[in-house]
Amino acid sequence: MVEGAKMSESKDVILGRIRGALKKEVSDKADDLLALPDILRSYEQQSSHSDEEKLHLFAERVSEYRAVTEIIAEEDTGERIRTICSESGVKSLVVPGGIDEKWVSTLDDGVRLLRDEPEPLTKEELNNSDAVLTGAFLGVAQTGTIILNAGTGQGRRVLTLLPDFHICVIRQEQIVGIIPQAIKKLDSTVIETGRPVTMISGPSATSDIELNRVEGVHGPRRLHVLVIKQKS
Amino acid sequence: MNKTTAHKPVPFEQSAGRYLADTQLRRNIGHAAQTIRAKRANAVNELSDWEDLREAGRLIKERVMNNLDSYLLQLEESVIKAGGHVHWATDGEDANRIITGLVKRKGVTEVVKVKSITTDEIKLNDALEKEGIHALETDLAELIVQLAGDEPSHILVPAIHKNRSEIRDLFKEKLNIEHLSDKPADLAEAARLYLRKNFLKATVGISGANFAVAETGTVVVVESEGNGRMCTTLPDTLITVMGIEKIIPKWQDFEVFMQLLPRSSTAERMNPYNNFWTGISDGDGPQEFHLILLDNGRTKVLADETGRQTLFCIRCSACLNVCPVYERTGGHAYHSVYPGPIGAILTPQLRGLQDQSAASLPYASSLCGACYEVCPVKINIPEVLVHLRGKVVEYKKEHGGIGHKTDTIHLGMKFMARTFQTRNRYERLQRLGKIGQKLFVKDGAISRLPGELAKWTSIRDVKPIPKQTFREWWRERK
Repeated sequence: MVEGAKMSESKDVILGRIRGALKKEVSDKADDLLALPDILRSYEQQSSHSDEEKLHLFAERVSEYRAVTEIIAEEDTGERIRTICSESGVKSLVVPGGIDEKWVSTLDDGVRLLRDEPEPLTKEELNNSDAVLTGAFLGVAQTGTIILNAGTGQGRRVLTLLPDFHICVIRQEQIVGIIPQAIKKLDSTVIETGRPVTMISGPSATSDIELNRVEGVHGPRRLHVLVIKQKS
Repeated sequence: MNKTTAHKPVPFEQSAGRYLADTQLRRNIGHAAQTIRAKRANAVNELSDWEDLREAGRLIKERVMNNLDSYLLQLEESVIKAGGHVHWATDGEDANRIITGLVKRKGVTEVVKVKSITTDEIKLNDALEKEGIHALETDLAELIVQLAGDEPSHILVPAIHKNRSEIRDLFKEKLNIEHLSDKPADLAEAARLYLRKNFLKATVGISGANFAVAETGTVVVVESEGNGRMCTTLPDTLITVMGIEKIIPKWQDFEVFMQLLPRSSTAERMNPYNNFWTGISDGDGPQEFHLILLDNGRTKVLADETGRQTLFCIRCSACLNVCPVYERTGGHAYHSVYPGPIGAILTPQLRGLQDQSAASLPYASSLCGACYEVCPVKINIPEVLVHLRGKVVEYKKEHGGIGHKTDTIHLGMKFMARTFQTRNRYERLQRLGKIGQKLFVKDGAISRLPGELAKWTSIRDVKPIPKQTFREWWRERK
C-alpha cells in the first residue's frame, strides 16, 4: 500500500513538473493529441527499385555484413539446406512450428530435427544445438535487414538467439525497398497482435575494441540467408 | 567494486589538462573519432533524403516535449494494456528504490544488464550492490569498464580509451584466463564464453530503452552484440528504465528514427539487432515486464525554452566524434556519463549550476558548430552552450558573493564592457595595448601574460593588436 501511494505521488509530481515547465493547464490527453496536425514527412516513403533490383540489392547488402547470401529456385530449397548442414557439420537443427516441411524433408540421416512445437524446447536444448532454420517476415533491400515478427515458421525469439548458426529462408516477394515500407508492413503485427519484432542485419558483432569489427559475440556467429526467387 | 580511476569532479579546464597529458589516451580516442567520423559521413551521404529525415526527427521530438504529459499518460495506458507495469520515478534514488524492491521480491542476487547510460546516470549498480545484488554488465565495453572499476568514456563505445593489450591483461586477471591473445576476435570470444552461462541462468534482466512508442507501448533496444537480445528475451522478468524524454508518438515514427540512429551512431546502414517488444507475449520472452519512467532533472531542462531541445537527443554520439575538444581530452574529462558536446549542455542542466564541475562544461567548446551539423535531430548545441554560459554568469552574480565581485575575470569583463562603450576609450586602450604587448608577443601570438592576466592565457592564445588597426587604416585611406 505504501509503495502504491508513493508511486502515484511520484506520478503526480512528475506530471505537475511537466505542466509547470510547459506553462500548461491540466488537460484531457486524448483530445489534446488528436488535435495535433500531422508531422511533415517529406522523406522518401516508397522506393523506386524494380523487383529485380531489390532482390540483388538485398543479397549484396546482406553479404556486406559478412553473412552468406544465395539466390535460389524454390525447388532447390530442401537440397540447399541439406548441403549447408552437411558442409557445416550440423548434427542438430532447431525448427519452429509451421516450418515448410519441404525444407527439411531431405536432410541427411545424421541430422536430428529439434522441433519447438508442440512442446517448446528448453534453453539448454537450444544452447546445445548446432543451428536453427527459420523463415522471415520481411527483408529490407536498402539496409540488408531481415525482419522477424514471431509469426509462423519463425517461432519464439530465443530460437534464433542461442544456436550459433542461423539459416534463414526468405522469399523475393517479402523484400521491400526501404525502411519506411517495412515499418508500414509491421503495423498490424505491432498494433493488432503486439507480437515482438526483431530486426537482424548480419551476424552479431562488436566494435568495442579499438573499433575493430568482430563478428559473433552473443548472438549467432554465422548467418546464412537463402532468397527464393519469385517465379516469373 | 573499487573505483580506481574515478576522480573527484573538478572543473573542465583543470581535468582537461590532465587528460591531454596522457598520450596513449589521446592516440586511442583520436584514432576512434577519426575512423567513425569518416564512416558516418559515408553512411549519411548514401541517403538523398537525409535532411528531410533530420527535419522530421526534430519535429517529432519537439512535439513530444511540448505534449510530454499527455504522451506519458498514453504510454502508461498502452504498456498496461499490453500486460506490463509502469512505475514513475522523480529522481535516481526513487528509481533505484523501485528497481531494488522489484529484484528483491524475486529473491535473486544477480541480474544481467544491457548497456544503459540512464542506469549509469542514477548509479543503479551501486544501489543494487548495497542490497547484495550484483548487476552483471553484458555489453563488451561495459563489461571491460566494470571489470576495471573504471568509468565509461564514450556514449557508444564506453571503453574506447582502452587498447587491446590493456583489455587482454584485464581479462587474464579478472576472468582467470591463462592464455589469451590480444586479437579483438579472441577477446570477444572470451567474453562470449564468460557471459553465456550467466545469460542462461539469469531470471531478471535490466535494460534501458532507445525509444518507447506512446501509441502502442512498444519499447526498443538497439544493439550490435546480441546481449540486448539475451537480456530482453531469456529472463522471466524484465525491468526497463527510460528517461521520460525517450517517447515517440507513433509506431510510424520508426520510419525516421530507424534510419537516423544507426547511420549517426555506429555509422552502419543498420546495426545488427533491433529488439522491439510490446508488453508481454505469451510463451515468448519475459512474462513480467516493468517500465520505469525517470525524471531526474529532465523536467528542469524542459522548463528552459532554449535548453528544451537538449531532450531531443537520441544518444547517437555523432557529436562526440566530430568535436575537436572531445577528440583531444576524451570522455573522462567531462566527469559525467554524458560526455562531449551533448554532455556539455545536458549535464549542467540536469545537475544544476551550483555544481562547479557541471557549470564549467558549457565552456568546453570552441563553438565551431560541427556538432550541430551532424546532429540527427538538429539540436542547436552551440546555441544552448552560449545560452548556458549566460546562465552561469547570472548564477555567479546572484550566488557568487564577494568572491565573484572581486574575481579577475569578472572585473576584466566589466572593464572590457566599459571600454567597448565609447570610441575614445576603445581606441585609447588599443594604443596602450600596442605598447604594453611588446614584451609578450612571441611568434605572432601572446601565449603568456603576467599576474592575474595569466588566467586568460592559460587556456588560450591572444592575437596581438596589429601595427595598424582597421580604424587607423580607414582614417589614413580618406
